[in-house]
Amino acid sequence: MKPAPFRYVRPTTLGEACAVLAAEEDARVIAGGQTLVPMLAMRLARPSTLVDIARMPGLSGIARDGDVLVIGATTRQVEAERSALVARDLPLLAAALPWVGHPPTRTRGTVGGSCANADPSAEIPLVAVTLDAEIVVEDESGPMPMLADDFFIGPMITAVPPSGILTAVRFPVWDEARIGAAFHEISARRSDFAFVSAAAQVARDAEGRCTRIALGIGGVGDRPVKLDVSGLIGTALDAATVAAAVHAAAAALEATSDLHASADYRRRVAVTLGARAIADAAANIQAKEGGR
Amino acid sequence: MTEAPSQFRFVSANRRVREDRRFVAGRGHYVADIALEGMLHVAMVASQHPAARIVSIDASAALALPGVHYVLTGEELAGGVDQLMNGLDTPNVRRYPLAVGRTRYAGEWVAAVVADSRALAEDAAEKVRVVYEPLAYLTKAEEALDPASPPVHPEHGSNILLDRQFVWGEVDRHFAESPRHLSFRVTWGRNSTVPIETFGVVASWDPWRDMLDVWASIQMPKYSDQISRALRIPTNAVRVHQDVDVGGSYGVKRGIKHTVLVGYLSRRLNRPVRFLEDRLENMRSGDAHGPERIFDVDVAFDEAGIIKSMKMRALDNAGAYAGRAPFQLGKPIGAIVGPYKIQSVAYRAQSVTTNKAVQEAVRGFGQSPTNYAIETAMDKVARACGLDRVEARRRNFIRKEEFPYLIPSGTRYDSGDYHTVVEKVLAHVDYDGLLAERDRLRASGLLAGIGIAACLEPSGGNSSFEPLLNEKNTTTTWMDSARITIDGPGFVTVTIHTTSSGQGHETLAATVVAEVLEIDPDRIRVVRPDTLESLPSNSPVGSRMAIMLGGACFHAAQKLKAKLVAIAAFQFGIAPEAARYETGAVSDPASGRRLDWADIVNIAHRNFHLLPPDTEPGLAVTHVMQVPTATKLPEDGRVQMYPCHSFEFHVVLIALDPVLGKPEIRRYVIGHDCGTVINPHIVKGMTLGGIAHGIGAALLEEFVYDDEGQLLTQSFMDYLLPSSHEVPAVEIVHHVTPSPFTVFGQKGSGESGYLGAPAAISGALNDAVDALGIAFDKLPIRIFAISDAVAAARAKQSQEKTSA
Amino acid sequence: MKVELTINGTARTAEVEARKTLLDALREDFQLTGTHAGCEHGVCGACTVLIDGAPARSCLMFACQADGYDITTIEGMAPAPGELSVIQDAFCETHGMQCGFCTPGMVLAAHALLAREDSPDRAAIVEAISGNICRCTGYGQIVEAIALAAERLRTANTPRGVRPPQIGAPHVDPDAGEDAPGAGILEAADADMPHGGRP
Repeated sequence: MKPAPFRYVRPTTLGEACAVLAAEEDARVIAGGQTLVPMLAMRLARPSTLVDIARMPGLSGIARDGDVLVIGATTRQVEAERSALVARDLPLLAAALPWVGHPPTRTRGTVGGSCANADPSAEIPLVAVTLDAEIVVEDESGPMPMLADDFFIGPMITAVPPSGILTAVRFPVWDEARIGAAFHEISARRSDFAFVSAAAQVARDAEGRCTRIALGIGGVGDRPVKLDVSGLIGTALDAATVAAAVHAAAAALEATSDLHASADYRRRVAVTLGARAIADAAANIQAKEGGR
Repeated sequence: MTEAPSQFRFVSANRRVREDRRFVAGRGHYVADIALEGMLHVAMVASQHPAARIVSIDASAALALPGVHYVLTGEELAGGVDQLMNGLDTPNVRRYPLAVGRTRYAGEWVAAVVADSRALAEDAAEKVRVVYEPLAYLTKAEEALDPASPPVHPEHGSNILLDRQFVWGEVDRHFAESPRHLSFRVTWGRNSTVPIETFGVVASWDPWRDMLDVWASIQMPKYSDQISRALRIPTNAVRVHQDVDVGGSYGVKRGIKHTVLVGYLSRRLNRPVRFLEDRLENMRSGDAHGPERIFDVDVAFDEAGIIKSMKMRALDNAGAYAGRAPFQLGKPIGAIVGPYKIQSVAYRAQSVTTNKAVQEAVRGFGQSPTNYAIETAMDKVARACGLDRVEARRRNFIRKEEFPYLIPSGTRYDSGDYHTVVEKVLAHVDYDGLLAERDRLRASGLLAGIGIAACLEPSGGNSSFEPLLNEKNTTTTWMDSARITIDGPGFVTVTIHTTSSGQGHETLAATVVAEVLEIDPDRIRVVRPDTLESLPSNSPVGSRMAIMLGGACFHAAQKLKAKLVAIAAFQFGIAPEAARYETGAVSDPASGRRLDWADIVNIAHRNFHLLPPDTEPGLAVTHVMQVPTATKLPEDGRVQMYPCHSFEFHVVLIALDPVLGKPEIRRYVIGHDCGTVINPHIVKGMTLGGIAHGIGAALLEEFVYDDEGQLLTQSFMDYLLPSSHEVPAVEIVHHVTPSPFTVFGQKGSGESGYLGAPAAISGALNDAVDALGIAFDKLPIRIFAISDAVAAARAKQSQEKTSA
Repeated sequence: MKVELTINGTARTAEVEARKTLLDALREDFQLTGTHAGCEHGVCGACTVLIDGAPARSCLMFACQADGYDITTIEGMAPAPGELSVIQDAFCETHGMQCGFCTPGMVLAAHALLAREDSPDRAAIVEAISGNICRCTGYGQIVEAIALAAERLRTANTPRGVRPPQIGAPHVDPDAGEDAPGAGILEAADADMPHGGRP
C-alpha cells in the first residue's frame, strides 16, 4: 500500500503555492494529511505534486476578530481542542472536537484540512455549517470568503477553485449572555465516521426562553446541513415542542444508505440526536459576563 | 488464582512473562524486520472479477519499468510447482498460489511482480494488462447446493466439497418420545482473526548449498512439509527459522500459498525475495477469512427443559478453494453437545465452494459458530418452558460426578464442575441484583438484556477430524517436543520447536522445566531453533501448547532429573529410588551425603569414569509427546477429538437506546475453568482477548461481499476491529478443575472468550428485544439493524393497538 | 529528497523519495524497526510515534513532511540498553501485551498521556489508547499497565512512609507518625521500580 510517485514542494508563501496549483491540474494541497494520505496509500488519489502548507507562515492560529473567532487553516485540531478561546467563544466547536478522529490523528489533522476534505460525516464542517461560519479561500486574486453552506457541495467536493487554498475558517461568536452547546454522534466504534451527528447551540434569556438557536446534522446525506428550527425561538424549549420542531425540520433530509447504516436509520436517528442536542445545549447554558 | 494447588513452586505463580521485555522495547523480531542483502520485493496483480477466464496477461509495460525484475504468472508457476494440498479428498479442486486459467474470487492473485522495492512493484503491478472474460459466479452457500449453480471448479463437478450426515444415538426415537420440539435458523457471519501484523515471508535460495531459508510469520503445523512438497524439493532443503516473532495469528497465519510463491521466485531469480501482504492484499486475498455458516437446528425436549436430542445442519461457505475449511465443520463434533447431556445428535456437515476468498483456521476451528447455535437453542428452550436461562442450563449440564463423560459423537470429556462455576459466577455477579438492574434500565426507557452463555473449549489439539472426514487420511499422531540440555558450566537451555505468536511459550517452557528441576526459571534459556534442528511440533493450534509443550517439557525435565539422580546415587552407592532430589541437589538421606548441581553436572560432562555403566555422557534429553487420549482412528463416525475440555460461563448485561441501537456492555463476567493455570497473566490475557474478539464477531466484524461479488470490507475503515472503547472491563471468576490427562492438570485457554462471547452478546440483545416480539438470528448484529427492527416492531405494536 | 530530523535526540539525515512515509523511512533508512506497519492507512496505530512529543501515525506522514521535527520512537523509550522505563516496566508487570506487535504504539501513547496527566482515570486511559488497535489482549491488561505506571510515577519521589499526595490533602501521611518526613526521604516508594521521575 504505497502511494504512486509524486513531487513534493513546501512553498513559503501563498502566492508560490497558488502558482503550483494553477500550473498543475493534479497538484494537491496537504496540511495534516490525516484524510488525504490514506487515499494516496490506496492510490485512490494520485496527485502530481503535493503542496505542503502545514508550516506556511500566517495560516495557523486562533484569534478573535470582532464578533468572529478566526481559526487559521493549518491550526491543528488538538490546538483548537485545548484552546481557551475556543472553549470560551465557540462552545459548540469545543464540544465537537473530541469526536474528531482519534487523539493521534488530532495532533496532525488541521481544522482547515477537515473542511477542505469535506467528508459528509466530519465534525468540523458540521459545526461550520451550523454556526454559519465563513470559509476563506485564497488564490492569486486574493481572499474569497464564502458561507460554509455554499462551500460544501457534496461528498469530498467543495467550492475551492482549482488554484485556491483554504486559509481560514471564521466562526461567528454569539454574544448572548447565556448560550449553551451540545454535540452528539453515533458510529459503530467511538472514533469512526459518524452515521449521524448533531450539533446544536442555543441562547436563552433570563426567563429561559430561547432567543437564538442553530441545529446542524451531519453524516446523513452527502454533506452537513443546517435545519431550520427557528420556530423554537421564544419557546421554553420543552421536550415536546423541540421534538416536534426537529421532526418537522428533518422531514426533508436526504439520507444515504450503506453497509453500516440504512437510510431509515439515519433519518430516524437524526431526529433523536437533533432533539437531544438541543435539549443538552439548553441544559448546558453557561452564563458569561458582558454578553447581551 | 487462590485455588491453585499449593504444591507448585512456579506453576500458577504470578510471574512475569519473559517475552514481554523485548516487546516493550520494540525489540521483537518480526518477519518485516528481516532485510537480506539483495532482497527483492513482491506486489500482486489482483483479479477484479469474482469469476473470469484469463484470456491473456501482458507484462511488457511492467517489465519495462526500471527496477522491475520479473512478473510471474499462474501459468508459469503451475508448471514449476505442485498444487497445494487439500484437506479433503477433492483432487479436482486444484489450487495454486496464483490463479491458473481462471480467477475464482475478486482479489485473487493473477500475477506477482518482483522489483527492487515494494513501491516499484506496486507501480509495475498497475501496468500488467490482464484480459478477462467474465464468467457466471455465486456468493451464497445455499445457491451453491443447487446443481445448476455456476461451478467454481468445473472439474470437480459441483460446488459441494463435503456433505456428511452423522447420526449418533437414537435421534428418531428421542424426537418421537419428546413432548416438545423447536427449530430455528441462525447464521454466523464471515469474520476472522485479522491480526495487526499481516502475513509476511522472506525466502532465500542458496544454489550452492541447495537450501531454501525461510523466515515467515507463521503458525502452521507441518509447514515445511507442505512447502517442500509443492516446490518439489526435499524437506531437508527447507530451513524455516522459528525465532521469528509472529504479530498475532489466532489460527490464520498459515501462508502456504505465499511461501510457495516466494520460494519459487527466489529459486527462479537466485535472489532473496520478500512478500509482506499489505492490508488490502491481506483482507481480500490473504485467504484468511473464517467460517461463514448457516445452522438449522431442531431440538427435542421435555416440559422441564431437558434437551434429549438435537438435529443440526451446518452449511459452511468455504469460499473459492477447499484448504482446511471443511475441517472446521469437523472439530465441533468433539463438543457437539456443548456442556450438556444431550443424548443423541444428528449432524449434517456441508461445505460448499463459492466465489469468495478462502477460509483459514480461525480461533476455535469452527467451535465458536457451533457454540452460538447450541447456546441459542438453550435460550430458546428456556423461553419455551418459561425457565430462567441459567436454570435451563443447570438442568442440562453434565454433573461433576459423571466425568469422564462420553458424548454421543465419541469424545470422552476429561473433567469439569460446571455447576460450581455457575454458582460462583452468580454469586459474584449477584444475579438477582443483575436482573433488578436490567429491569431498572428498562424502566428508564432503555432496552436492556442479560446474556448467558456456557461453552466448552476443547483443548490439546490433535487432528482427529481429518480421518473422520477423509478416510484416506490415517493420521493419529500429533506430537510436540522439548529438548533440554545442561551445559558444562551448569546452565540450562530448553529448545522448543515452533513459532510463537504471543502465547508466551518461552515462559511456559521455563516455568515447567523449573518446576520439575526446582530451579529458578529466570536462569533457564529458551530457544526456538530452525526446523532442521527441531524435533516434531504441530504448532500452537487447538489450544494445545500448555498441554502439549508443557507436557513435553515436563517429561523431558523428568528424564533429566532422573539422570541427575542416577549419577548422584551411583556416587553414593545407593539405588536411585533411595536418593532424594531437592532444588538441584541430590542427597542420600541415609548417609547425609549430598552432591550439588555443579558437582553432578561436572561428573556428567567431565568425569566419564564416575558415570554409572551405560550412561551417555553430558546432560541432554528430549521428549516427544503424543496427544493424551489420541490412540485410535475413528470408528462408526465417532472419534475421541481433543483430550481436555475447559469450561466457561459468560454473563453479560447490555443496555441500549432503542432508537440509536448501539449496544453498551454494562457488565461482563466470565467464570473460567481451564484446570491448573500455569501462568495467570497469560491465561487472563487469552481470556480477555478472546472476549474482545468475540465482541467483534457479535457486533462489528464481517467480510461482506456485494451482489457483484466484490468485498466491501477490505480496509480497517470498514472491517471494524473493537477498539478500547468497545471492550468493557471484564471480571473473571476463577475455578480450577484439574484435567486427569495432563501433567499438572492444565487445560487449554486460548479460545474461550471467542467461543462464548458471541453467544452471550446475541443472547443479551435478544433478551433486550424479547418483549417486542423480535429476535436477531444473524451475526454480526449491527447497530442500525437493531434500531430498524425495534422501530418496525414498535410500529407494528402501535398499529395493532390502534386496530384493536 | 533530503530530510533532516531529530530522532530520539539525535540529528539524522536521509535521502528519501517524496512518497516514502515516515514509517518506512524510520524502518528502512534509520533501521528503527520497533515502529510497525499494521494497516498503512491510519486506523490501527501500530506505527505510532511521538512528533514533538505528541502521538501521531507515522504511516500518515511522509518523511519529507517530517523534515525538521523531533521524532521519538519506541527505541527512544528505554533509559539504557537492557533497562526499561517505568511505563515499559509496568507493561511487563501486568503483561499488557501478547504478540507485541501493537506494543510500541501502546507504550508511546501511554507515554504521551502520562506526560500530560498524572492521574488519568480509566476513561482517560481508554481514550488515549483508542487509536491503537490491539487484537490480542482485549485491552484489560494494557489499561492496568498504564494505571500502574501512573501510580508509580506519581509516587516515585514520595518519601518512604508517606502516602502519595492527594489533591487538597496535606502532603504528610498522618499515619506515618514520627517517621515522616524525616526518614528515608527520596527513596523510591515500595513500588519495585528501577527508575524514578517522569517518563
